[in-house]
Amino acid sequence: MFKPSWDLERSQSVERHTLTVLVDNEPGVLARVVGLFSARGFNIDSLTVSETEHDRHRSRITIVTVATPKVLSQIKLQLERLIPVHRVHDLTAEGESLERELALIKVAGKGENRVETLRLAEAFRANVVDASIDSFVFEITGRPSKVEQFISLMQPLGLVEVVRTGLTAISRGKEGM
Amino acid sequence: MAEQMTGAEMVIQALVDQEVEHIFGYPGGAVLPIYDAIFQNDKVEHILVRHEQGATHAAEGYARSTGKCGVVLVTSGPGATNAVTGLTDALLDSIPMVCITGQVPTPLIGSDAFQECDTVGITRNCTKHNYLVKSVEDLPRILHEAFYVATSGRPGPVVIDIPKDVQFALGNYANPNISSHPTYKPQMEGELDAIKIAVDMMLKAERPVFYTGGGVINSGDDATKSLREMAELTGFPVTSTLMGLGAYPADGEQWLGMLGMHGTYEANMAMHDCDLMICVGARFDDRITGRIDAFSPNSRKIHIDIDPSSINKNIVVDLPIVGDCGHVLEEMVRLWRAKTNAPRTEEIQPWLQQIDQWRAVKSLRYEKSDSVIKPQYAIERLYELTKDRDVYITTEVGQHQMWAAQHFHFNQPNRWMTSGGLGTMGYGLPASVGVQVAHRDALVIDIAGEASVQMTMQEMSTAVQYGLPIKIFILNNEYMGMVRQWQELLHGGRYSSSYSESLPDFVMMAQAFGAHGIMCDDPKELDDKIMEMIEIDKPVLFDCRVTKEENCLPMIPSGKAHHEMILPDTADIGNIIDEKGKVLV
Repeated sequence: MFKPSWDLERSQSVERHTLTVLVDNEPGVLARVVGLFSARGFNIDSLTVSETEHDRHRSRITIVTVATPKVLSQIKLQLERLIPVHRVHDLTAEGESLERELALIKVAGKGENRVETLRLAEAFRANVVDASIDSFVFEITGRPSKVEQFISLMQPLGLVEVVRTGLTAISRGKEGM
Repeated sequence: MAEQMTGAEMVIQALVDQEVEHIFGYPGGAVLPIYDAIFQNDKVEHILVRHEQGATHAAEGYARSTGKCGVVLVTSGPGATNAVTGLTDALLDSIPMVCITGQVPTPLIGSDAFQECDTVGITRNCTKHNYLVKSVEDLPRILHEAFYVATSGRPGPVVIDIPKDVQFALGNYANPNISSHPTYKPQMEGELDAIKIAVDMMLKAERPVFYTGGGVINSGDDATKSLREMAELTGFPVTSTLMGLGAYPADGEQWLGMLGMHGTYEANMAMHDCDLMICVGARFDDRITGRIDAFSPNSRKIHIDIDPSSINKNIVVDLPIVGDCGHVLEEMVRLWRAKTNAPRTEEIQPWLQQIDQWRAVKSLRYEKSDSVIKPQYAIERLYELTKDRDVYITTEVGQHQMWAAQHFHFNQPNRWMTSGGLGTMGYGLPASVGVQVAHRDALVIDIAGEASVQMTMQEMSTAVQYGLPIKIFILNNEYMGMVRQWQELLHGGRYSSSYSESLPDFVMMAQAFGAHGIMCDDPKELDDKIMEMIEIDKPVLFDCRVTKEENCLPMIPSGKAHHEMILPDTADIGNIIDEKGKVLV
């Protein structure tokens, strides 16, 4: 059934949405997606991409964007217009979804700081993936807010650098994309 | 049956399988194998242009006037970059085109080789889709898929970049007969429930208007037929965008003329005051809407478009119908007929009377003159003297283009080739070459401006080589007229760089090309000279000297709404546009 679209103009305020895009993994497909965002002036807060079905040459791209409802609808429709794009789902609009991010965090320090660092890492279920006598590299996975919080706690304890994968997301329940 | 051949031979075989008769191109190092294959074939005729941009516009004119796919063949590097303007033009006007570009051999890609450029990178945002062919095994599928993508759904340009080693490589060729695609699935049929609601809305409308666009032309003759039928069945008035002219006949009683920035008063007022707008294959472009927040404030809007992303992009509508407008209109006709056989002419009588009052304003009027040729008069005469012939019109971009849209009248689709979305000066002359290639015996006229026409003048040489008797009718006012008009509107009449200080002698230029030149600056001689132009079986450059500082009116000034048009008798146009409007284009 068709949907009237008056509600699009309802809100001028911006919302953060997570989109998941199923694409053919062919050369240039990421450039098409990214080029679309820059050409049409859409925002990208975070973007992750990886092949997910090797045999069928398919990749999933997860994009976090901030836009008004009208622009969000345009982003989805413009993405669907790209030839190698199978489907686009707005996970935020479709209800609760699972969102995770992985970060590797390097912290240097000695003495009491080092002990405190380890204690906090345990509380956050961050794993030690590298250690030297005066440093750790932690691996932490979770919602971005959790990762964010852990990083800020590490700040005063000798945070050296952080790398983050960006958000990846999947819908809840039994239905696939 | 698979057949073994080289990549270059596959290109030609695919063109033959796609029933391509003409291609427009220019050779170079990276396409030599394909040119060799062309040399050895007798089914596909190659038209050698003088500049790759010319090839793309010729292909657009060819496509637009036939409904077929235009095909272009150019070399790597500068060949490809010169094609970019035409590709973008075709993208914005939804013209089906396949452009084959040569590329340096695969081992050299990325090495900054001679005449190398990142063609797929450069053309990614100005094509509907593009391909870099890395292996000859992929070539047959890609060639045919390119045609499918270019011509189906909302049409557009597709680039196939073929490295030279792939052109030489041997592989198996078979026509895969592509009629679908795993991920690209244009929606052709409109949703029946939505069409039913549309018909109900139309049955209740008191102030309805059809606003039609290039989509009707792209959809084909059936769409034109259904549109005309629908207009007749309902009795509703019809207006059209620049791209849609000819779908509804200009001599039809319900015709309001073109709408938009230089549209008629009655068309724009009808858009502003209507209670139901039925948009068919148009996209609420900024030339059409004027100020968005004051656009047709009291209407409900139905939008029929094959491209879902066109819906609610600029104007939020009440009832979107995604589908091919030919299919949707056909369904609409059927549903309307099931409800009633009488048009609503009686019920909408007050509205039609209101429209007649707007018509009486005669917004296309202009001051006549006995001593100088008025540009509007020149077009009127051109129309009168050619209307009974098999005539095709192309244009460049600017005032002459708008005057042509206003004063030349189109009763058939595919007769009007113009650069609408991109606004490409230099489009018309090569486009007329393409049109004439497709319609050898027709009268093909490029209504041009003296500035635009110089951008692609070299294609006169192409016309002469192939004996294409195109008529280039130049409205010569010595100014880039639309630039000058905007400088008068916005910049205190300071005509910065918009006057052509040094123009060529177009008559001598015609002679130098081996064409025929005509100059006219006297309204009394105009008819005779137009007849001379028509009767000569040669390309003609017609230098028609017109009023120098004529403004193209009526006009919706930038930042204003439909009901705030500047009419022809406005004395001072320099104080109309406010600060907010000035930043708009």
